[in-house]
Amino acid sequence: MNIDLSRRGFLKLAGAGVAATSLGALGFGEAEAAELAHVRDFKLVATTETRNTCPYCSVACGIIIYAKPGDDGKRRVTHIEGDADHPVNRGTLCPKGAALKDFVNAENRLTQPMIRKPGATAFEPITWEDALDRIARALKDDRDANFLQTNEAGVPVNRWTTTGFLAASATTNETAYLTYKVVRSMGIVGFDNQARV
Amino acid sequence: MTNSWTDIKNTDLVVVMGGNAAEAHPCGFKWVTEAKHHRGAKLIVVDPRFTRTAAVSDYYAPIRPGSDIVFLMALIRWMIENDKVQWDYVKAFTNASFIVKDEFGWSDGLFTGYDEQKRDFDRSSWDYVVGDDGFAVTDPTLQNPRCVWNLLKAHVDAYTPEMVERVCGTPKDRFLKIAEMIGECSSKTKTMTSMYALGWTQHSKGAQNIRGMAMLQLILGNIGVPGGGMNALRGHSNIQGLTDLGLMSNLIPGYLNIPTEKEPDWATYLKSRAFKPLMPGQTSYWQNYPKFMVSFMKAMWGEAAQKDNDWAFHYLPKLDVPAYDMLRMFELMDQDRVNIYFCQGFNPLLAAPNRGKLTRAFSKLKLMVIMDPLETETARFWENHGEYNPVDSAAIQTEVIQLPSSCFAEDEGALVNSGRWLQWHWAAAEPPGDAKLDTWIMAQIFNRVKALYQTEGGVFPDPILNLAWGYADPNEPKPDELAREMNGTALGDVFDPKDAAKMLTAAGKQVKSFAELRDDGSTACGCWIYSGCFNEDGNNMARRDNADPSGLGVHPKWAWSWPLNRRTLYNRASADLNGQPWDPERPIIQWTGEKWEGNDVPDISPTAKPGEVMPFIMNPEGVSRLFSRGMMRDGPFPTHMEPFESPVQNVFNARMRGNPVARVFESDVETFGDASEFPYVATSYRLTEHFHYWTKNNVVNAALQPQGFVELSVQLAEEKGITNGGWVRVWSKRGEIRAKAVVTRRIKPMICDGKPVHVIGIPLHWGFVGAAKKGWGPNSLTPYVGDANIETPEYKAFLVNIEPAVGEAVS
Repeated sequence: MNIDLSRRGFLKLAGAGVAATSLGALGFGEAEAAELAHVRDFKLVATTETRNTCPYCSVACGIIIYAKPGDDGKRRVTHIEGDADHPVNRGTLCPKGAALKDFVNAENRLTQPMIRKPGATAFEPITWEDALDRIARALKDDRDANFLQTNEAGVPVNRWTTTGFLAASATTNETAYLTYKVVRSMGIVGFDNQARV
Repeated sequence: MTNSWTDIKNTDLVVVMGGNAAEAHPCGFKWVTEAKHHRGAKLIVVDPRFTRTAAVSDYYAPIRPGSDIVFLMALIRWMIENDKVQWDYVKAFTNASFIVKDEFGWSDGLFTGYDEQKRDFDRSSWDYVVGDDGFAVTDPTLQNPRCVWNLLKAHVDAYTPEMVERVCGTPKDRFLKIAEMIGECSSKTKTMTSMYALGWTQHSKGAQNIRGMAMLQLILGNIGVPGGGMNALRGHSNIQGLTDLGLMSNLIPGYLNIPTEKEPDWATYLKSRAFKPLMPGQTSYWQNYPKFMVSFMKAMWGEAAQKDNDWAFHYLPKLDVPAYDMLRMFELMDQDRVNIYFCQGFNPLLAAPNRGKLTRAFSKLKLMVIMDPLETETARFWENHGEYNPVDSAAIQTEVIQLPSSCFAEDEGALVNSGRWLQWHWAAAEPPGDAKLDTWIMAQIFNRVKALYQTEGGVFPDPILNLAWGYADPNEPKPDELAREMNGTALGDVFDPKDAAKMLTAAGKQVKSFAELRDDGSTACGCWIYSGCFNEDGNNMARRDNADPSGLGVHPKWAWSWPLNRRTLYNRASADLNGQPWDPERPIIQWTGEKWEGNDVPDISPTAKPGEVMPFIMNPEGVSRLFSRGMMRDGPFPTHMEPFESPVQNVFNARMRGNPVARVFESDVETFGDASEFPYVATSYRLTEHFHYWTKNNVVNAALQPQGFVELSVQLAEEKGITNGGWVRVWSKRGEIRAKAVVTRRIKPMICDGKPVHVIGIPLHWGFVGAAKKGWGPNSLTPYVGDANIETPEYKAFLVNIEPAVGEAVS
């Protein structure tokens, strides 16, 4: 590193840890305190590391996600890398896994409920309350109108075929199980998931 | 996968057929590389294209899409003819010696019992002769002409190397070289692994492709052993979990079944699930079905499920058809018989066959609900995108509600990898904007519907009102609560069945495993095969000790594997009749004289004597099946069937189109094309830089492979006047796409039945939303027909035509 350091520049480079070093002992402590106001925090100060799994293929590579609070205070993903401790991928990632950060932070992430009304040419925002109430109302009405309690032979069949549910392929077991309970309890038989394809 | 990703390093020979692991599962494929480098393993690839897996293989052979059964049956024929059979294994561990009913037979490409009107077989003759004692009759000498082994020999007799050349287009010498390489793995100390994926499943006889290889593996003695197995490389990260949890029309978690109308009561339902052993002294583990089923009903409906109401049996729907799978649902939609449809993290507009039909069907819905972290074409099927989605929005009366959900980085829970490992992950960040966790969304929908039934009443509200919902926050069940529910809980004290004074687990505690489940209502368990994942030891799925003491890639303390943390299924079959490993160099379990122990959790009762209790404990026979009885709709042996759209006729029966028992909807009959109009075979796949339609939303991946294209051979390009990099139009009876042409030597014409057959490869990724260029996918072209057993669509072999196109699409 070929830099002609001024005293000020030297302190900047030494950064936040300076007070605890021999520089602090040499009497630079006060000067540093004055300088700290101008020095940006070390980038990783508020960063968390979290173990996770790549959501793409079924190799299910171990990953480490780095995140830190964004302007709105919510934690945002800043970096994703392979987990070197993972026995299957041993830290490696493919071209998809290596670009995962841009999946999480994609411009096309959905951020608010939307509704497209019959015949409309665009989506428009709707509140969660209204969206969920509309869905619940529609489910109840359709179920009450079309739920088949017995077949022609009088056998109890308790099935509902006019509403269907297509489940995902990358949700957790826990989401899947909860989805199962909800869909089954209503008697929906048009139930499927991406394993089919 | 019967084995795990890390177990692949133990193999001597990898056969990749029906998959392309180097591109589709790159970080798992590294274990093939390990095996090659450290064990001297060889890699064989059989594929219509010279893929990147083929590029690093030791031997490659081309094959016409949809002709795999011929290749596999010919391999079995060659093994038998050349005595490349692991005889001790075949005689003891398969049903080779079982005698089959005299009425069973095969001719003209069809097994006995075919009814052309019903498009179904009467399968009653496809079974064993059962003696007066209730056990199957066998001939251990294999002399009886009606034993499975002799019937198999007769069945595969037609599949000669010449037939392979004629039907598959694979040069005979290439086939023979591969047969020789595979034959070496009949040795007790050499194993082969099969790595396959959607290249085998996406056919109208996909399940039979896989059976063909499973039979070959049994004949070579390669099931249950390290470095062996049938290794389905599942597609998405939790396809395995969603399958295990039974998110399908006809399933209950843990591979239990939704009853049919023919099972109108509990007693009838259980009667056909008695699973009485077919051989003396065998485990027939499904005899425990009632315990798993009652425990599931208790998990679902708690106190409302009691013995005197048959555990709330009528809360479950009863099916009138085998399944309301997605193809049936879209067909019903198209008939105006479906009103509401949910898509949770799924983009069927591009992922289902015959996109034109899907657009039509969706347009007839009253309400579509989307739950997704990203934009999908399905959510915007009504939006006009010029030639990429030429719809008249005003004419589409469907209301669409799009709910923003979290993604993997923002939620906590387990995903099940292809090797059945349940790996827990933690939330790293918060969902953007107002996006919500999927669990919250599902809970909200449920609670609101429940509230409507509480206030208004309505039709049969009982299963909704009584659904077990004992979560600390009813509005947001937590992942650990749900995982504990799947593991199972003792509702009353659970005692040892052999010693009534010995309490195994006290009421209120988590059961240790499914061995503690009971059919008297004293246990609840959401998914019996997961039992043990979150017991009183804690969350075993979150374990992170990556040690591998045996050096065999077992990693027993990393995460948790179903069932019972067992890493290799059927591992009892890795040892001989005395319980000693076939290969002393690769011991996973062995019999000590008193019990089974070793590097993996034994897949058998720990004290089951090796000469008496056979390894395939789930089967009533105790052995594996070379002959699958009446369990598959299209035959007890795989028999050659052409794709529904094929350039050649079935050599066994020129009248037979596709799979003779695959379901075909009347409205789709007219949409199948034939070779006179559509002379070229098309197949679909994805590129290593892309993941289906998701990565369209990712600028990095979209930029890595920006341009939609199709691949074709130099010969076909010359014939049609197509230039490399020029535009082409590709069309089928169902639709058309435009793309750039990649003229490549990786695809070569084949000669089948005396005629040249050209293959066109159509990668998938492109659509009309996202960061990628707009384009089309193969499913604008694919046929609307699925596998006869499981309805997986036939994406891997269909007919198209191609011509040069002028001008670039304006987006």
